[in-house]
Order: sequence, then C-alpha cells, then structure tokens
Amino acid sequence: MLASIIASGLAAGAIYALVGVTYNTMFSTSRVMSFTAGQLAMLGGVFGSLFTLKMGLPAIVGFALTLVCCAVIGIITEFVAVRPVLKNLDQHLYVLSTLALALMIQQVAAIKWGTEPQPFPRLVGFGSGVFDERFWLPVVACAVTIVGLEVLYRRTLVGRAFLAIAEDNFAARALGLPERNLRIASYALAGIVGGIAGFSGGQLLLAFFANGALLNFYGFVPVALGGLGNNRGAIAGGLALGLFQQAANFLVGGIFSSVAVFTLFIVVLLAAPQGLFGAATARRV
Amino acid sequence: MAMMTATSAPKEARPASLAWARLAPFLGILLAAVVLPFVSNDYWVLIGTRMAIYWVLVSGLNLVVGFAGHLAIGYVALLTLGAYTTSVLVAGNVMPPLPVFAALPVAAIVGAIFGVVVGLPALRLRTFYFAMSTLGFATIVTQIALAWQSVTGGGIGIAGPEFPHPFDTATGFYALCTGFAALTTWISANVGHSRFGRALIALRDAEVAAESAGISKQALLIAIFLLAGACAGVAGGLFASLQTYITPDAFTFDLSVLFFIAILIGGRGSILGPLLGTIILTILPEVAAPLAAWSTFLYAVLLLLIVLVMPGGIAALLDVRNRRPLAANRAILPRPSALADIMRGRSGGKTLRLRGIALSFGNVRAIDGLDLDVAPGQIHGLIGPNGSGKTTTLNVISGYYAAKAGTMTLGDAALPPGRPALRATCGIARTFQTPRVIGEASVLENVMIGGTVDGRASFAEAMLSLPRSRRDEHALTAKARALLGVVGLDVVSEVRADRLQHSELRFVEIARALMLDPDMLLLDEPAAGLSNDEIARLAELIRAIAARGTGVLLVEHHADLIFDICDEVTVLNLGRTLAAGTPAEIRVHREVVSAYLGG
Repeated sequence: MLASIIASGLAAGAIYALVGVTYNTMFSTSRVMSFTAGQLAMLGGVFGSLFTLKMGLPAIVGFALTLVCCAVIGIITEFVAVRPVLKNLDQHLYVLSTLALALMIQQVAAIKWGTEPQPFPRLVGFGSGVFDERFWLPVVACAVTIVGLEVLYRRTLVGRAFLAIAEDNFAARALGLPERNLRIASYALAGIVGGIAGFSGGQLLLAFFANGALLNFYGFVPVALGGLGNNRGAIAGGLALGLFQQAANFLVGGIFSSVAVFTLFIVVLLAAPQGLFGAATARRV
Repeated sequence: MAMMTATSAPKEARPASLAWARLAPFLGILLAAVVLPFVSNDYWVLIGTRMAIYWVLVSGLNLVVGFAGHLAIGYVALLTLGAYTTSVLVAGNVMPPLPVFAALPVAAIVGAIFGVVVGLPALRLRTFYFAMSTLGFATIVTQIALAWQSVTGGGIGIAGPEFPHPFDTATGFYALCTGFAALTTWISANVGHSRFGRALIALRDAEVAAESAGISKQALLIAIFLLAGACAGVAGGLFASLQTYITPDAFTFDLSVLFFIAILIGGRGSILGPLLGTIILTILPEVAAPLAAWSTFLYAVLLLLIVLVMPGGIAALLDVRNRRPLAANRAILPRPSALADIMRGRSGGKTLRLRGIALSFGNVRAIDGLDLDVAPGQIHGLIGPNGSGKTTTLNVISGYYAAKAGTMTLGDAALPPGRPALRATCGIARTFQTPRVIGEASVLENVMIGGTVDGRASFAEAMLSLPRSRRDEHALTAKARALLGVVGLDVVSEVRADRLQHSELRFVEIARALMLDPDMLLLDEPAAGLSNDEIARLAELIRAIAARGTGVLLVEHHADLIFDICDEVTVLNLGRTLAAGTPAEIRVHREVVSAYLGG
C-alpha cells in the first residue's frame, strides 16, 4: 500500500506542483494570480485526448499541438483578462476578469467536449503496477519542466529579463526591457507549463472539463504553502500535498482526504499567511 | 447632544424625501412580487420562488462581496450545506425526524458556522486567497455529499423537506419564500446603512483609515460571515424544498457564479443593484431559452464586460444625483466658530508623551531615541527634511509601526505599540499625507466613519434596526453634518467623495478625525496642495480646534504655517531631535537654518 500511496501521491503532487508553477509564472511578470491556471491544465488533458485519440495523431505531434494551443490560451489570458486591469492592480479586478475567462473556457469545454470524463491514451506503453506510466509520467514531466525553467531563468538572457521584471518592474522598465512583450511571453510560457501538467497527467485525471476548477484549487494550495512566486516552494508544496492527500485517501477514505486538504490549506493560511517559504510584505501607510 | 439635533432640524426635510426615494424601488418590487401569483401561471410563480430563494442567499452574500469587498465565489457550498442539513434532519437519517421549521434554524446555524470557517483566510489575507478558499470549499462539499451515502444518499440523493399547510402549494410556498426574501432585504439594508455597513466599505476601500477610526476588522468580518452563512443556510433549506429531491448535481458551480455575478452587475455597496441583478439573471435563461446551455458562458461574458466597462454596475447607472455637475467655483469656507457647539471644551486634557522612541527599517534608523511632549490645547509642529522621520513618528504614535524601544503615553494611559485600531478609543485621531477616503461613499458617510467607535448599538441591534441603533445613526448623522459645516463642506455632503478636489478631501479628513472629539489630533501635511487662501482658513480651523483643548501634532513643510500657528516646534533630522522650542527660537536656530530652512 505504501508503494501505491507514494506512486499516486507523487504523480498527483507533480501535477499540482506544475499548476502551481503555472500560477507563479503568470504572477512573476504581472503580479496577477489567474484563475486560468487550472483551466490550462484541464485543456492540456482535453487537447491531448482530442489530438491523439480522437484525431489519431502521433503522440509527439499531439503533444506539440497541445502546447501550442495552451500557449495561445495563455496569451489570450494576457490580452483579455490581465492587461486591461493592470492599471488598477490594487483593486484586485484581475480576480474577476480571470475568473470570467476561466468560466468561459470551462463552459466551452463542457459544451464542445462533453461533460463526461473521456479517456486519455497510453503514450509510451512502459511500466506497470506502481511503475505504470500514468504515475511516472507526471513526475518526469515535472522534473524536466523544472530543469528547463531553471536553465531558462539562470542561463538565458530572456530568462534573466523575466527575473528582472519579477524582481522590480519599474527598474526593469527603466533599463529598457520590453516589459509588455516579456509579459506576453511569460503568459505563453505559463500556458505551456499548464499544458504539460494536463498532458502528462491525462491518464491519471482523464480528459474532463471539471478538472479545471479542481486543479485551480489543488494547484493553488502549493502556491499558498510555498509563498507567491516561489517555484521551489510550489514544487515542494505540490509534492507534499499530493503525498498527504493520497495518504489520507488510502488511510481514512476519499471523503476525508479532501477535508484534510482543505483544513491544511486554512490552517497554513492562518498560521503562515505569506507561505512557509515566503517573506512578509511591508506595511502600506 | 440636544444642541446637535437642533442644528440639524432645519435640514430634515430633504433627507426625508430622500429616504422615500430610496425606499420606493423596493416597495415597487415587493408590490410586483405580491401581484405576480394573481396575474400569471404556476410556471412564473416557480421562477418567482426561485428568485426569492436566490435573493435570500444573495442579500447576505452582498454584505460580504459588495460591502466588504471579499470575493466569495463558492457560496453554492453553503447553499448545499443548508439544503442537505434541512433535508437530512427532516428525513431523520441521523436522528429522529424534526419538523421543517425546526430544521431550518439548524440549517441557518450550520451555514453560519461554515460561513466563518470558509471566511477565516479573509481575516488575514485579501482577495485571491479568500476566493480560493471558497472555491476549495465548494469542491469538497460536493465530494462529501457524493461520498457520504448513508446520510446524504450519495449520487441517488435525498427527498427535500415538505412544508406544512398552507405553504404546501406553489403559491403558498412562493409567499413563504417572498416573506423570507423581504426579511433578509430588510436585515441586510439595516446592516448596510448602519455604522457596521459603512465600516465594511471603509475596510474595503480605505483599510488604513478604517483602522485609525477604530474599526476592528476581525470582529466585523466574523459577524458578516455569520449573517451571510445563515442566510445561505436558510436559502438552502428552501431550495431543497423547491427541488423536492436533491442530488449533488443540483448544486453546480454555475449557481455560485450566478450569485456572485448578480452582486457585481448590481454594483458594490448597494442593496437595490444586486436585487435587480438577481432578478435579471434568474429571468435571463427563461427568456432566452435556446441559450440556456450557454447561460454560464453569458454570465461570464457579462462579468468580464462589467469589470472592464462598467465597474459601478447597475447601482452606478441608477445614481443620477452623482452625475449632476458640481459648481466649479465652489470654495471651502470653514466656520470654526461653530466648533463650540460640537466639541466639548475640556480643561486639563491629556498630554502625549514619547520617551526614547526608536525604530529601524533594516539598517536605517528611521527614529533614533525621540522624546516628544504634546500638551493639550497646544499646536506642536514637527518639521524636518524629507526622510527625517516625521511621518514615521506619526505612524508610531497611531500604531501602524511598533517602536523597537521607548514608551508612549497619553495622559496616564500607555499606548500599546503596533495596535492602530485601538487608538480611536484612546482619543487619538489623525489625517493622512495622501487623503484616504472612500471614493464610492458620500462625503457625509466618509465623515461618519470617524465616529464609528461612538456607536452604542451592537451588531444584532443594528441588524434589526432597534431604537438604540437608530439613535446612533441620528447622532452620527447630526454630528457629521455639523462638522461638515465647520470645515465648510456642507454643500457637498451628499456627493460621492471621489468627485471632490484634492483640497476638499483634506478638509473631509479633518472633519472625519474630529468626529472622535479627540484628545490628540495628528495632522500629516494638511496644507499640501492647498491654495494660500485655503491655508489661511486651515490655520484658523486648527487654532479653533486647539482652543477647545485638543492637542495638535502638525507635520508640515509650509514653514510659514508652522511658525504662524504653532506653540512649540520640534525639528527632526535623521530620526533625532535637532532642535525644539518656540517658533521664534527655531526660526533663528543656526543648525536648523542650515539643515532645513536654508538662507
């Protein structure tokens, strides 16, 4: 049983962690938490199933197309729901605008794709039992994504520009960084990360329109645990959340695992509002 | 107190007609609701019932979303809880069956408790976290309803409660729901128009100013979450009865979206707007039947349009009065002499004493061992170059920063460090360098915020509009009107504060601070942005305030104003006292002249 808990826990945790990274990627350049993060992951599963199963494309082509579609959705988020409300960030209108867009995405998926969970094909056909690919695929995807992001942020000029904008938007603009284009790029990147989460987790979560709202919440918990904008915190928080949830699932049953997660979320927010790894923000008088 | 009611008596005529104008739309809707069963068929009565039930929930939620500005997007979970609680208790799945009218209050209590649980993150964190916790709660409640089969019937569901005669017919049940809707409208309007409702809006739009007015965020939000949760619980019980049979599928997230968007379409801080919003959104899918499947999509589009194009919602559309242009050549003409009628004169008074106050930000010593005495009835100027610690000193006194060392006392009472919401009850009021007012509230309401701690009625009394609460309102309104007269803004008292000029906002803040009848008044650059005429009037006003026995600590860059009106002046430099004395001494102090005054 321990093996199943660890296998399914790490798999689910990796998906939550990737959704958390999706939140963070959008947050870093715009200071906006977007409700479309979970929807992007949902779309990763839906598009993946559509391209590989319904249209019968090879897995690699389906994967690439899925990422392109998710990146486009990410860019649309930036144009429709983020840019118009950035001027008055302190009014938190982005909560509403991104929620509206997320609802639209979800509703279109429900109507065009259907409200029943639909299967996601096996991609590699390697491994069985606790080493089934539906367990190890999300973990590998998560690891590759993290390494990729680290290389991007630390080794490339564009990545450093992202960091500069995340660190100090005004100073970065004063240096002449193309803030708007970088923001669009980061939303495309967030779309790709979300797409990877959904595609790699497709066999575990199936292609289901309601995954969006679920992943919105379960993907946000690691962000709350790790602190806003902290990718390492999100990964650690996501994996811990997955293991915690699956342990609760196996030990006390399905009902109470969700209660346990919710309780954990509330307790952490009350005890450490800035997240376990986050820094406190200064006062605003 | 008697004096104040006397001064406001001649103005009674206008507010009375205003009250009727405010009430008329509600009476119209109530009349339409009463007439509906007689002029239509059972189908529309059913729609009307649903509308009424939704409004029972939305009227409570409106205080959370519209007034307090907390984005609760998952309130369908509390509806679900209320529905299952009522159904399970009436069916007798876990204990002997209860009559439905006994089960309904239990549902209200369960709803209230979980309303607070879900709201806990909102006590410390804003917006997205609270939105997420309500969303998370909505997902788990549905999962539990599905999985806990022995109680909830799982996916098969459970029969909804049946109401006894005469509420067992379509019309009878409609009448019951409409009754509940009218009741919650009344209650939410009472809260919304009381000092608690204004305090909620203040916390939403000007949290810092709300704290300095002594508004306790935690207590207030918990009260609101209890009320909104109870409304949702009752709505759930009624909803279960309307459905006759409930399964987890009946409580889709779409419902949550409907509740939430009805409020935003209606407009924040309004009762009528969200009521109209609820009516419109309930009817919309009925009149556009082919689009029923797309209703959530339409709601979402509406939400996006509202946010991007019309943030004020229906309420802003209906607010005709605030579209009339204001007189362009209006001037602020304070009447300080009227202060005598409003503020009690005091002899003795309390001295503010700071001893050895120190505060660092990182390695920067913002205040470095500061001693300061402000005597009652005196105007004490605090000047110095930028970054010398003037505003920081004010923030330490008013509790926004906790000093790392030193003591503060007012009179005999020690001021607890870092507790801004306790300052108002100590008798300390302040204004801010950038005016912090509630743009969407009227000038009068903004001033009334300052007197929040003077209210005697409890939240429950305000909810039911009991005599003590009504007396509070009369007293606060009269005092605020009188103070607006004192600072010379009585002509704009009904205008939305965000339409005022910067200089007028400075005087609004002073009026708000005077609502406390403070022992100590802290003014942070009150003359910044004022014309020379206005500065002269401000000087006269400050003198009149001090003459009533209030100590005034004045941070200012206008050297003329400081030397003109201050009794004592302290000059700060790099967080330390550079010099202290009378204006005449300071004016010729060699170091002050070289460090700050120049020349």
